[in-house]
Amino acid sequence: MLQLDIRHRTGEFMLDAEFETPSGSITAIFGQSGAGKTTLVNMIAGLIKPSEGHIISDGHTLFHSEQSIDVPPERRRIGYVFQEGRLFPHMDVRRNLLYGHRKNPVLEFGQIAVLLDLEPLLERRPNTLSGGERQRVAIGRALLSNPNLLLMDEPLASIDVQRRGEILPFIERLRDELKMTIVYVSHAVEEVIRLADTMVILSAGQQAAVGGVEELMSRLDLFPLTGRFEAGAVLAATCQGYDAEYGLAELSFAGGTLRVAGPEIDIGTRVRVHIRARDVSLMLGRPELTSVLNIFEGTVVEIAETDSPQVDVRLDIGSPLIARITKKSMHDLNIRKGVTLHALVKAVAIDRRSLQGTNAASRPG
Amino acid sequence: MWALSAVETEAIGLSLKVALWAVLVSVPLGVFAAWVLARRHFYGHALLNGIIHLPLVLPPVVLGYLLLVLLGRQGPLGAFLFDTFGVTVAFTWKGAAIASGVMAFPLLVRAIRLSYENVDERLEAAARTLGAGRIKVFRTITLPLIAPGILAGAILAFARSLGEFGATITFVSNIPGETRTLPLAIFAEVQSPGGEDAAIRLVVISAAIALAALIASEYLARRLGRKG
Repeated sequence: MLQLDIRHRTGEFMLDAEFETPSGSITAIFGQSGAGKTTLVNMIAGLIKPSEGHIISDGHTLFHSEQSIDVPPERRRIGYVFQEGRLFPHMDVRRNLLYGHRKNPVLEFGQIAVLLDLEPLLERRPNTLSGGERQRVAIGRALLSNPNLLLMDEPLASIDVQRRGEILPFIERLRDELKMTIVYVSHAVEEVIRLADTMVILSAGQQAAVGGVEELMSRLDLFPLTGRFEAGAVLAATCQGYDAEYGLAELSFAGGTLRVAGPEIDIGTRVRVHIRARDVSLMLGRPELTSVLNIFEGTVVEIAETDSPQVDVRLDIGSPLIARITKKSMHDLNIRKGVTLHALVKAVAIDRRSLQGTNAASRPG
Repeated sequence: MWALSAVETEAIGLSLKVALWAVLVSVPLGVFAAWVLARRHFYGHALLNGIIHLPLVLPPVVLGYLLLVLLGRQGPLGAFLFDTFGVTVAFTWKGAAIASGVMAFPLLVRAIRLSYENVDERLEAAARTLGAGRIKVFRTITLPLIAPGILAGAILAFARSLGEFGATITFVSNIPGETRTLPLAIFAEVQSPGGEDAAIRLVVISAAIALAALIASEYLARRLGRKG
């Protein structure tokens, strides 16, 4: 577990954060560029000294301004996967991997090489690797130093958009198979939803919120930070069936069953589904003939009005669901807090890429 | 006409010895000075930079005279060296090596400093997160990455040392077998009647050594490049 409480001033910029990250899971540091995410992880790594505060990892004090403790980076046992990989250009992949090698029965060289599919790369030079290969080597190199905590600073940012999906399963393996505690910096909502359990939202150096991914993603007041366009509820669900004839996965969650068009998912797999607010429509009365497969009854619990012609409506359907509708519709249907209505979610609207096993998938039960 | 006399062979050997020692001693100092100039920010940075580059702009005779004042038997540093270590540098080959080294130092530092500035400091930070202390980072990351610059600087300094004339003749004079390096020997032959043949032989040899040094540096740089 990492406990952090720091304040840092550089010129006009003030960074202020206080949170704890649970062990064996991924905590996302989320925010726009310039929010202070990289500065924050550099402080955890010991590459930047905070003005004041403390950083404690698994009970070891790494930094404490009042006690004048500042452990140098090489003694912090914190692995760091940088945005640009930072492989050593004068060494081949094998020597890069072994650079910080500390023997560990769990994270053993051959095993890491298999896990990250590094075997074919071992004799190659960093400048001959693709962006994705480079990041896999960087991850392996950090893991082989046997860290207590792994920092990943936008590890996908230097990779072509089309190839990012190739790296995500490897990061999921670190979480699920190695039970690594990871602090993952990102400004991409989908990465956070897919990988993280806890998230810390930074905005202009200030910590706007900290909490579970599902909880924070469903908070209307955080929509300006979690991304207006992509905003929407995140549901934890379990696959309970697959309709092969129509190619529909049936996912059960606290509010019922959600049918999603997409590839087959193993029954019992726990998934996290991101339902964007703009893909949800609302309806008074009982819908009858409609092409929409997913219809949930719920009560309006919150309405967020903005300057724009749209409003975000949060419903309780057994779990939170958010719909983005126009102000006109809200007035025409007289939607208020406490009103019961139906929410419609098109089965084809849900981003299939978000249907990946979450951390919970590997836990028994 | 191409047979070398004993005196001439001696001058060649002495030149190589002086230049090699000048380079050997100044490389570690140059690596340190280049690091200070490239990586440290402190009050007086510009002054230090100026002092290191002074030999480039100062007349060699002036520098030779300064060395003589400083390192002569009666000079403050010279007296100290003689009293504590029994070492005399004025009018010896050691003095010639010092004169050559000082004259070549700015060239050496410039080359190494350039390669320092090309080393990505973020790689050094990455090495530290992998458990390497400052010394290991220097040895395993910084040094290999600046090696081509050190090599280039050392070759340049070696060639410059072979050609050193003004500071040497002022500081350690032109003593056959002790301080008469190739340029000084050529000067002496040109000055004496009937010495033209000998002068031409030494000129050709000087050119050959310089060319060999350049070719060797190319070869080494390519090998380093392959490795690095």
